[in-house]
Amino acid sequence: MELNDEQIHRYSRHIILPEVGGKGQKKLLSARVILVGAGGLGCPVGYYLAAAGVGTIGIIDNDTIELSNLQRQIAHNTERVGMHKTDSAKKTFEALNPDVNVIAIKERITKDNILDFIKDYDIVVDGSDNFPTRYLVNDACVLSGKPLVSGAILRFEGQVTTILPKEGHCYRCLFEEPPPPGLVPSCQEAGVLGALPGVIGGLQAMEVLKLILGKGEPLKNRLLIYDALKTSFRKVKIPKNPACPVCGENPTITELHDYEAEYCQMRL
Amino acid sequence: MEEIKPDKTINIKGLVCPYTFVKSKLAIEDMEVGEVLEIILDYPEASRSIPKSMEDHGHKVLKVEKINDTDWVIVIRKERE
Ligand SMILES: [Zn+2]
Repeated sequence: MELNDEQIHRYSRHIILPEVGGKGQKKLLSARVILVGAGGLGCPVGYYLAAAGVGTIGIIDNDTIELSNLQRQIAHNTERVGMHKTDSAKKTFEALNPDVNVIAIKERITKDNILDFIKDYDIVVDGSDNFPTRYLVNDACVLSGKPLVSGAILRFEGQVTTILPKEGHCYRCLFEEPPPPGLVPSCQEAGVLGALPGVIGGLQAMEVLKLILGKGEPLKNRLLIYDALKTSFRKVKIPKNPACPVCGENPTITELHDYEAEYCQMRL
Repeated sequence: MEEIKPDKTINIKGLVCPYTFVKSKLAIEDMEVGEVLEIILDYPEASRSIPKSMEDHGHKVLKVEKINDTDWVIVIRKERE
């Protein structure tokens, strides 16, 4: 693959970085990343990945746009209320950068379809808003050996971690099981300040770009916690747990499990 | 001084920064370590910035010379991938 003149202009600020160059840009253009969720986090992650020239971006989401999403879901707009989020995100990202092929997947992920969705991609990004999905995505990535950049937001706090199966920790190394239903407030109950997903999604996008380029240190065995009110970042160590039920030495979880039924449908 | 024979020559006259460096960098990326790139340009600022940027990237600047009223020639040896 050779960069054409338009691409040389578009990506010039990447090309002049020693860590990227023309070679790195070609890696970005041939990379395939799949986003779980086209909401608060999926919007900024996809937006930045598209701008950076990540060649193929899959997005899974079954929801349509509501007016109450627009306070933070920046790939959508007022005219598109009622449209599928994945279609809206595809329009926005491809308008920003025609080099990018966005694959809109209007489905709800389940234990039966997730492995199929992620198998053709290099990296998975979780921007889902609920624990059942987060655990399902974690398990699917560990079982299929896919790098996962996971993000979560609530109120004024956000978290990011990068899961590299076999090399580092996974979500269950930290919390073996999802918290019991009813104990956790959803974003719908608790709210979220509009720019928070921008901060966390921006960090996730950066982790993805670093993984593609093979540069820097990923958030492996670390959880980064952002407190917006205090404007503080904290990095917490999460060692790989040898007794982890999915990535440990004697795993008890060897196939996927849906927690969805135990939870009410909290959608953001 | 002995004349160095370039392995590749690019003419980037008419280009301004940062494209002068972008084109030079893309050219050197495609070369082997030890090979020599000759760049012909007419953007004055780039006659200073390209040698500096190339050194920052770890390459060796062999020559920077104004060859007529408008043009410079810069010769760089690729020192690392
Ligand atoms: Zn684990």
